[in-house]
Amino acid sequence: MENSLLLTYLLLVPVAGSIILLFFKAEDERIIKYFGLFVSTVVFLLSIYIYFNFDSENSSFQFIHQFKWIETLNIHYKVGIDGMSILLVVLTTFLTPLTLISSWSSVKKKVKEFTFFMLFLEVGMLGVFVSLDLFLFYIFWEAMLIPMYFIIGIWGGERRIYAAVKFFIYTMAGSLLMLVAIIWLAIHASSYLGGFTTDLEQLYKVAPLFDQSTQNYLFLAFGISFAIKVPLFPFHTWLPDAHVEAPTAGSVILAGVLLKMGTYGFLRYNLPLFPAASTHFASFISILAIIGIIYGALVAMVQTDMKKLVAYSSVAHLGFVILGIFALTQESVQGAIIQMINHGLSTGALFLLVGFIYERTHTREISYYGGIAKIVPVYSFFLMLVSLSSVGLPGLNGFVGEFLILLGSFKSSVLNSWWYTGFAATGVILAAVYLLWMYKRVVFGKVVNPKVEELTDLNKREISILVPIIIFIVWIGVYPSTFLHVSDKTTTKIIQQVQNPPKAELK
Amino acid sequence: MLNNIQEFYSILPLVILGAAILISVVIEMYSENSEKILPWFSILAFGSVAVYSLLNLEQNLEVLQNALAVGGVVNIFWFIFNIGAAIVCLLSVNYIKKYGTYFGEYYIIIQSSVLGMMLIAGARDLIMIFLGLEIMSISFYVLAGFNRKRTSSNEASLKYFLLGAFATGFLVYGMALIYGKAGSTSIDVIAQKFSVLNTDVLFLVGILLFLIGFSFKIAAFPFHMWVPDVYQGSPTTVAGLFSTAGKAAAFSALIIILSAFFVSSGNTFFKPYLSVIAVFSMLFGSIVAIMQTDIKRMLAYSSIAHAGYMLIGLAAGNSDGIAGIIFYLAAYTFMNLAAFGIVSIIEGENEANLNIDSYAGLGSRSPVLAGLLALIMFALSGIPPFAGFFGKYYVFIAAIKADLTWLAIVGIISSVISIYFYLRIVVVMYFKSSDLQEKPVINFSEMFGVAISVVLVIALGLAPGSLINLITTFFKF
Repeated sequence: MENSLLLTYLLLVPVAGSIILLFFKAEDERIIKYFGLFVSTVVFLLSIYIYFNFDSENSSFQFIHQFKWIETLNIHYKVGIDGMSILLVVLTTFLTPLTLISSWSSVKKKVKEFTFFMLFLEVGMLGVFVSLDLFLFYIFWEAMLIPMYFIIGIWGGERRIYAAVKFFIYTMAGSLLMLVAIIWLAIHASSYLGGFTTDLEQLYKVAPLFDQSTQNYLFLAFGISFAIKVPLFPFHTWLPDAHVEAPTAGSVILAGVLLKMGTYGFLRYNLPLFPAASTHFASFISILAIIGIIYGALVAMVQTDMKKLVAYSSVAHLGFVILGIFALTQESVQGAIIQMINHGLSTGALFLLVGFIYERTHTREISYYGGIAKIVPVYSFFLMLVSLSSVGLPGLNGFVGEFLILLGSFKSSVLNSWWYTGFAATGVILAAVYLLWMYKRVVFGKVVNPKVEELTDLNKREISILVPIIIFIVWIGVYPSTFLHVSDKTTTKIIQQVQNPPKAELK
Repeated sequence: MLNNIQEFYSILPLVILGAAILISVVIEMYSENSEKILPWFSILAFGSVAVYSLLNLEQNLEVLQNALAVGGVVNIFWFIFNIGAAIVCLLSVNYIKKYGTYFGEYYIIIQSSVLGMMLIAGARDLIMIFLGLEIMSISFYVLAGFNRKRTSSNEASLKYFLLGAFATGFLVYGMALIYGKAGSTSIDVIAQKFSVLNTDVLFLVGILLFLIGFSFKIAAFPFHMWVPDVYQGSPTTVAGLFSTAGKAAAFSALIIILSAFFVSSGNTFFKPYLSVIAVFSMLFGSIVAIMQTDIKRMLAYSSIAHAGYMLIGLAAGNSDGIAGIIFYLAAYTFMNLAAFGIVSIIEGENEANLNIDSYAGLGSRSPVLAGLLALIMFALSGIPPFAGFFGKYYVFIAAIKADLTWLAIVGIISSVISIYFYLRIVVVMYFKSSDLQEKPVINFSEMFGVAISVVLVIALGLAPGSLINLITTFFKF
């Protein structure tokens, strides 16, 4: 029988870990590093346990745990997961320990604070994915900003302050608008429900009954907040700054998990709560997504900095996810969900690889390198594998997601035009151009820079970080059904909620 | 006879504090060790009044010939004032020596100002409001100029006094007009007659003048000019008292009067005035705060902005709004006391270290202080799960329920602006390194004061229901 407290334990373990960490001496860096790894591994094992006990035939929320939190306003602490959030939860718990290991050599100052903020961040991210009360969701959504802000600001690069403040204010501006929308939604739903509530499952029943224009406003208020997080063109300008200035661990988490919160938000909140507005805005948002795909790819192509290139490639990849979501077909939404995971793995791994070489040379300029294939063969191998997965080579994970999205958007009755698919497909080609071109310039050719000769290849620790990611990259590429199956029923339910929204009962 | 005894018990907090003032005077006159005794004696007095008020929440009486209400929300206010003042005393123990000369009067005057605040919060009569307000304000003028040898302190005091007297003039004139038309100074009587008199020009002018007088006291735009100079010139702990308990007291009077009117005739009449000053206070406070280089001035402008957020609750004019403001006031009191407390610890002799740049590298020099200040800055900017967030949440709910969604949106724009300057403190403390090696001296008493405030900020953030339940239980609308 499922244990309803499991998700709460999942949140409490990192909380407890970060509190215990405060009592460690800052000098005991080794102990702190291992302790951080220990805590995040426990969280990962816990999430795996939840994963195996998850019933993917059931489309409703599972492992629900709730109690009254603020009685006067009828706000509940309510957590639960479905086929979509379980995958993202596991992705989060999977990436956190890996990034912690990756930062063992790159984070040299204030290790205690760093580990503390990483665990704190993990709580926030997991909280966003498991909360089933809008209010609780908002709290996690905001609280997660604080650790990320410090991670960029303290351990970041030269322009870290600018990047951290920009990241914070951008996100906050969007989310405060969402706060108004949440309150507004709850107040107006109370006339249907007979009381003020922010319980998501209750709101699912009544929010679709609002008239079209109300839905449109609410959709936009929620949507802008999520679009900033994704980031959807034209709200993407914080992303390159934040990514480039963040330390490697920050970039991996940012790309791997934080960006997914935006797309998750669309799937969890915008589509089921405001179905009429979702179909109304579907083509508009899809156009923005396609602009993002092409624009992100073109800008990525001309970057001279490897990290910036990867950052812009995120804009393009997330464009695919958004297109998949708003094409509103079973295939495309499934593709979007799997692409969220793929992007977390591939781009996370790319950031790690850029970080590894940066640690050795302290530069990310593409022109600095060249011809490193012979000097660091293992590194070059991993970089190739990960680049190809990001490009979408069949047999690796990227292909599955992009293919499903393109297939779904082609068939989409909401978009009802093959132009979308046509333009989006150019993004796949462009991705091959910018990634393989970068690969060629970095790895092949002659050694132009004598300093590159001194590069050392990946060590065991670095390989052990990459191997688990590669395993999943290949697994999803070869046999995606394992994961597609988990989210299948949930996707059907979300599509159902949009296509056949609950109708008002005649009173 | 029994009635009189009951009445005596219900005003016991006032009696305790009054007696404490007299005893303090005696201690100051006859004891050699008054410097050591007085602060702790004041804290004892404030503490016992706070506890007594909290234990007697249940009562609901009007005493002194219906001029003073006790019990319920009034006691919640009394609790806030006294805990606030006790924290200020804790913060002052060492600070006041650092700041300059010590006088025993410092604690005596704080006590008398709190007595004034308590009268305001309980007032059911215009005369009582005026009496309380003057006791509080005159004490404040003295506290602002506490170090008579320092020019900035003198300037603060004089400015506060002149502008304060000016505002009191408005207030008294307004009260006179109200009395002239309503024929009574009792708030209940005036509220009953409000629906008849609300077309009478003189009466309305009276109400307007009254509101203007209080807009000055709560530091709302455009009656805020005194705030930055007074906060900057006064001793830091005193500025903490002005911005928290003082502001709460002024708001309590507005809440009493306006909610009495709302009950009798709705709030459509006050909505425009309150919304407009709310909007300007929020935006003006937030925008100007960005440009400040002195942390006390920054907190002063932030205090103007916070007055604006609280006014949203009044403009909404429903019971959620009023409950929201009271919660907000409690949250704001503890946040700001912690902020001013930490600033007073870091402040060196002769007002050194007040510039924001002098906070550079505090994250490594004094991790505990920096961590607490960062937490408070996040709380002030309204990030969950701290108390400040729920204050805003409640007033926004009230505004949306009252069809003032636009006001909530302005509040949000202002919150986003305000994040910039609150975060700047965090940026300076953690992201900038500096050559300063000086470590702030932390003593037990002020750390204890800061710790109480921070614990309350976190507690109100994690369990906001506890306080909001109390307020809604006792607030009869």
